[in-house]
Amino acid sequence: MPKQPKPPGPPAGKSEPAEPAPPPVEPTEQPPTKQPVPAELTDEPAAEQPSAEQPAAEPAGGDRPPRRRNRGATVLIGALLAMLGFALAVQFRSNSTNDVLAGAREADLVRILDDQNSRIDRLQSQISDLQAARQRLSLNGSNNAAAREEAQRQADALAVLTGAAPAHGPGIRVLISDPQRALRAEELLDVVEELRGAGAEVIQFGPVRIGTSSAFTDSGAGVSLDGTALQSPYEVLAIGDPKTLDTALNIQGGVVNTVHAAGGEINIAEQSVVSITVTRTIPAPRYATPAGK
Amino acid sequence: MIAAIALVIGVVLGIVLRPTVPLWLEPYLPIAVVAALDAVFGGIRARLDGIFVAKVFVVSFVSNVLVAALIVFMGDKLGVGGQLSTAVVVVLGIRIFGNAAAIRRHLFRA
Repeated sequence: MPKQPKPPGPPAGKSEPAEPAPPPVEPTEQPPTKQPVPAELTDEPAAEQPSAEQPAAEPAGGDRPPRRRNRGATVLIGALLAMLGFALAVQFRSNSTNDVLAGAREADLVRILDDQNSRIDRLQSQISDLQAARQRLSLNGSNNAAAREEAQRQADALAVLTGAAPAHGPGIRVLISDPQRALRAEELLDVVEELRGAGAEVIQFGPVRIGTSSAFTDSGAGVSLDGTALQSPYEVLAIGDPKTLDTALNIQGGVVNTVHAAGGEINIAEQSVVSITVTRTIPAPRYATPAGK
Repeated sequence: MIAAIALVIGVVLGIVLRPTVPLWLEPYLPIAVVAALDAVFGGIRARLDGIFVAKVFVVSFVSNVLVAALIVFMGDKLGVGGQLSTAVVVVLGIRIFGNAAAIRRHLFRA
């Protein structure tokens, strides 16, 4: 406002898209027309429809017509700006929430599609790489698992054979009674050796599990096995082929004959399942260490 | 003042009603909004210059919007819609900047 005199010239032209010409017209025109019209009247109307409005406003001299017109224009402007605000909000929202593709142009869509396709290719190759890696790893893993399984199997077998683990399976149950205590360590050892020779895998003699370090010793009146005194009748359990074991004990000049000669009784029963639960503790080797690995 | 209130009301309505833009309008709405913004800035500047005329504002507002939409429509039909809408946005953006600079000079004397 304060600069009124100066701006009308230059800025007026740019302010509205309409016309640069009017502003100059207005200042010149206004002085003559008088002053009552303060702001609203301005310039453009002069150019656009000078006759219609100016005259109307002037004679009234008052405010009636201008105000009415003013109100209508204000309402119109308000409506336009409300529409603008509405459109702004809608556009903001649709741009931020909706996918942008719906409004995109064909060329853009083609470019986007190309991008996506090349991205797909990249990801596909990545997928196949990763799948190959996975296959490699799982192959390694299964190899490891197989090795572990094999080792476990061996450990189990060794545990059974060395007496560290309970075992069950087909075998025989032998009862040897020796009322005269005529059987000495040697004869009892023969029983075990005969069974071993016949392929017995696990043997329990009395309360003792036979292992690689088992030893029969004569001790005073009786026999002890690994430090445990044995009492007649001796019960021997052996896991192996029942027929073979039975045959081995009954062999001519074998265990059965020996026991009978000593005045004892021997009773052999083949069993489909012999369960041996006694175990030995295996001492860790003090001197020997596994070699060759 | 009333105009500002109307603008706010319009924004609130747009947010509250959550209308979806019809598909055929989708390419034109952004351009139309920019054109309308140009008209609004021009109107503010004219107001500050003391040469604001409601009728001119209304006419320029409507014609700006229509012409902008028309240009984009033509561009789409001619196969240069993308470039042409960019051009329209650039031109309108320059005008908005110019008007904003004039407004700034008025308000801050700088």
